[in-house]
Parts: sequence; structure tokens; C-alpha cells
Amino acid sequence: MRTNDVMLQTATKVVTFIILMFAVHIFFAGHYTPGGGFVGGLLTASAIVLLMLAFDLPTVKKIVPINYVVLTAVGLLIAIATASASIVFDVPFFTHAYDYFDLPLFGKTSLHSAMLFDLGVYLVVVGVTMTIIQTIGEDE
Amino acid sequence: MSNLALFPIVIPLIFAAVLMLFPKNVSMQRIVAIAGVSATLVSALFLFSKVSTDGIQAVTLGSWPAPFGISMVSDMLSVLLVLSSTLVTLFVLFYSIPTIGVKREQSYYYPAVLFLMTGVNGAFTTGDIFNLFVFIEVLLMASYALIVHGGEKPQLRESIKYLLVNIISSALFVSAVAYLYSVTGTLNMADLAVKIPEIEAVGILTVIAVLFLVVFGFKAAIFPLYFWLPGSYFAPPMAILALFGALLTKVGVYAIMRTYTLFFTMNIGFTHELLAIIAILTILAGCIGALAYFDVKKIIIYNIIIAVGVILFGISQMNAAGVEGSIFYLVHDMLIKAALFLLVGILTVIFGTSDLRKMGGLIKSYPLFGWTFLIAAFGLAGIPPLSGFPGKLLIVQGGFEGTHFWGSLVILATSLLVLLSVVRIFIYAFWGEPAKIVTIDRKHYLSIFVPTAILVALTVVLGAGAELFMPFVSDAGEVLLNPSLYIDAVLKE
Repeated sequence: MRTNDVMLQTATKVVTFIILMFAVHIFFAGHYTPGGGFVGGLLTASAIVLLMLAFDLPTVKKIVPINYVVLTAVGLLIAIATASASIVFDVPFFTHAYDYFDLPLFGKTSLHSAMLFDLGVYLVVVGVTMTIIQTIGEDE
Repeated sequence: MSNLALFPIVIPLIFAAVLMLFPKNVSMQRIVAIAGVSATLVSALFLFSKVSTDGIQAVTLGSWPAPFGISMVSDMLSVLLVLSSTLVTLFVLFYSIPTIGVKREQSYYYPAVLFLMTGVNGAFTTGDIFNLFVFIEVLLMASYALIVHGGEKPQLRESIKYLLVNIISSALFVSAVAYLYSVTGTLNMADLAVKIPEIEAVGILTVIAVLFLVVFGFKAAIFPLYFWLPGSYFAPPMAILALFGALLTKVGVYAIMRTYTLFFTMNIGFTHELLAIIAILTILAGCIGALAYFDVKKIIIYNIIIAVGVILFGISQMNAAGVEGSIFYLVHDMLIKAALFLLVGILTVIFGTSDLRKMGGLIKSYPLFGWTFLIAAFGLAGIPPLSGFPGKLLIVQGGFEGTHFWGSLVILATSLLVLLSVVRIFIYAFWGEPAKIVTIDRKHYLSIFVPTAILVALTVVLGAGAELFMPFVSDAGEVLLNPSLYIDAVLKE
């Protein structure tokens, strides 16, 4: 007998977005305070896993039609490319660059090349976590 | 400052990521994988020429000052190992294209191989002990994927053992690193080499050194920590086995080599004596295994253990002859083990079994293959002028010059056992009454035999041209014996 999951599904529809927004917040917070791509990635993955729990795998695959292995590869490439940019500028590998910019709406903001690396980390974490969970979940 | 040292690590990583994008397109997978390894080989050659003309190449990541950032250091030893491991990977790749099977090729076989290469090259290059842990984890992750790749029943069974052993040894590794950090306050290898002689508490450092020996001993398969190796290596297909046999244990050996010459030198009387005794016991245990089995895979697998013992014995002597011998033997062993595994792989393809007793009389139908095998077997045992000889000679000389003449005698005696163990394969498989063989078509046979034969030819060149390679080997040995060269290159940029 299938249990009644109306409450879970209804709550999930709201909570998922809260988690996703919080993931974005944590991702950018990682610049100077605790947080960053790894935690942000895990939070995002947990939001998707919550969707999977509340609904089922096929539904979630329809909502988020992403091949997570490809996502991992893209994340890896972004991260390596950011780190490798230092080769072009002939400074030691992984050397980062940053500057302050006046952006509309945000005001004076520091933009940092490490953020791009972190974006790669974020994608890899989401990709790997979801690949693992999907592989285990599909195997029944 | 030179980023060149990082190229052999970054290139396979990029290609591995690219390969993950299109797993089902087998022909593209093959082409891109070979292009990736070839590009790595070219970069390793550049690095090699740079190191041999300009000396040690050190770069500290992220432009941080040296003891605080992660240093990558490419000295002659590490570049020689990077070069040989890349070479081995290339030939194994050629061998695996016709043998590994389309199904495996479509499930991320090539990315896993390239990730393995990233880890191996990184472990050989890094100058930071925690970073060494990270790179060993990278190569272990790839090896977990490879050992279970294909998911056959024995593979699944053995991979659980392999995983368990490696997770335990990794946990030990982290704890050992933590102990080391709490005593010395640094993890940069060059900085460790400066700080450790200043510390008076030799007792605790000796404990840490032995702990590291245990940790690396698990990876390198020394006595009595090799118990996991014969079973685990037996399970995966031959191409993967060749990669593991040629590269993985060598990372452990390299780690012992580096740490025991660069900074764990405060109590040589105890630590290196222990290393010498363990090395000899490893050789003896390996010989027993190599002679006990009638399975060709098992025989060569136990020969890995013997070689580990021989190399570590040379290091434990801490004199020029011993260390140079170890370096030469290490390079030789990577090439010859890969070659032998591939040769044995061809044998199992031809006979359809790896049991020696079901083989026989192959010399009539495959004469060239037979003689190639004999050359590789002689090379392994160290018959001059083949590549096993110069290394072993120097190691034995190191033992006589040092305090362990008995160890040298054991190595000389066991060389005969090594010869016996591989010639036994030759006698059973190539002499006698022809046994039932599987007919394989000429083209398939050539596609696996040619890369193998070239690899054997390379070991012959290494042996016959030893005089040519010796200057590089003594360069590498010099850095090991004079840590100040290494320290200066990293800390005084």
C-alpha cells in the first residue's frame, strides 16, 4: 500500500526552492566566510534528492533533465581551465586574480577568479553526488 | 618557477574530463585517449630535457611562499618515473584497445586510465606530504573504478578486499601525517628536511617514520603487508593488471624512497636496518609465491613483490651504489613488469587459460613470440646485457659496501629463483607437446603483440644502453643522497 505523501510533496515544492536559494547564498558566501562550491554543491544535491524522495526518479528526471556525468566533466573542465589560466600569464599554477568593480545594483564588488574555480567544484560535487545517488537508487 | 612540472599531471586530467563527455563513441574514445597520453608523453619529455639541463624544477602553487603553499618538485628521479609511467600507460593503452572489450570501453575505461595517470604522475611530482596523500587518493579512486570495471564475480569479491585494505591504510596515512605535523609543524617535504634534523626528540620521529613505512608498505606490498595484492591483482583483465603491476606499487616504493632519503634520516641505525630486513623478507616471501603457483598471472604477480624488496634493499643502504641501483631498477621494473604482464596476457589469449599445466609446444606456431618472452624473462632475472642487470649489480654492490652483505647474497641467490620462476613459464608454454590452442586471427594477434614487442625492445635498449642512461640515474641519486639540493631548489627560489 502506498503511503499518503501529499504533505511531503506539498512541502517539498516550497522547501526545494528555499534550499536552492540557500545553496546559491552559501556558494557566494564562500568568498570570505565559511561556505563555497563544495557545500553549495551538496546543498543543491540535497534539494534534488528531496525531490526524488517526494516524487520518484522518472519525474525528477523530467524536471531536471541533466546528465550528471556530463555535468561532472564540465565542472572539472571549468576548474582546470581556471587554474590553467595561470599558465598563460606565466605565474605559478593556481595563482588567482581579483579586482574591485562598481556594478549596478551591487555597488562596489570584488570579483575573483577563484569563484570560477569554485563554480567548477560546485558542478563536480552536484554531478558526482547525483550520479552516486541515482546509481544506487535505480538499482532495485 | 616553471609550470612545466605540472603538465604531465594536468594534461591527462583535461583529457579524462573531455572523455567523460561522450562515453558511447568508442572510436573517439580511443583516439582522444591515445592523443591524451601522447601529449602527456611529449610534455614529460620536455620536462625531462628541462630538468637535465637546468636542474630541479620547483613551483609552489598559487604564488604562495614555499613552505606554506603546496610545492610541486620535479627532480631527475621524479621526471624519470613520470616518463616511464607515461610510456607504460601508452603501451598498455595500445594493448587494451583490441583486448578490453567494447562494453568496458563504453563505460568510462579510458577516463579511469587517464585519472589513474594523473594520480600517479602527481604522486611522483609533489613536494608536499599531504598533497602526496591527495594524489594517492586520486590514483586509488581510479584504481577502484578499474579493479571493479566490468563487474565480473571475482572482481567484485576482490575489490571489496582491495577497498578495505586501502581505506584502512589511507586512514593510517592521514593519522601519520597528523603526527608528523604536530611534531614538526610543517608538511612541505623540503621544509621537513630542514626541520627534522633540528628536533631532538628522535624517538617520536622514529615511531612516525615506521608508521609511514607501514602506510607506504601497504601500497608498495612489502612483507607482511602484501597479503592483499596477489588476490586483488588476479581479478581484473590483463591490461588493467599490467597498469596496476607496473605503476601502483611503484608509487608506494617511490614514497618510501623519497621520505627515507630526504627527511627520515635521523635514526638510520634503526629505520634503515628495519627497511633492509623487511626488504629481504619481502624478496623471500615473493620467491616462495612465484615458485609455488602454476598460474602464469600469479607467477608474475609474485614477481612484483620480489622487485619491491630488491628496490627497497638498495634504498636502505643509503650509499651511492645502492640508491642509484634502486633508481635504475625501479625504472627497469616498471617497463619489464608491464611487458611481462602483456606477454602473459597474450599467452592466456592463445591458450584460453592461465594454467601452465594446460599449455605447451607454442614455439612451433609462435616462434617470435616465444623468443620475445625469453628475452623479457632474462631481462627480469637480470642477465647481462638486459635491463635488470645494471640495477641489480649496483644494488648488490651497495649491499657489499654497506653493512648488509648478507642481503646482497640473498638477492644474488634469489635472482636464480626469479629466473627459474619465469623460465618455468617458458618451458611449460613453449616446449613439449603442443597443447590445444584457440585460433585467433593474424590481425588481432599482431595488434596485441606489436605494442608488447616494442615495450620489450625498449627494455633491451634500457639495458644495453645502460651507459647512456647512467648519468641521469646518478643525477637522480645525487639529489636523494644530498637533500640540500632538493631543499635549495624548493625554499630558495
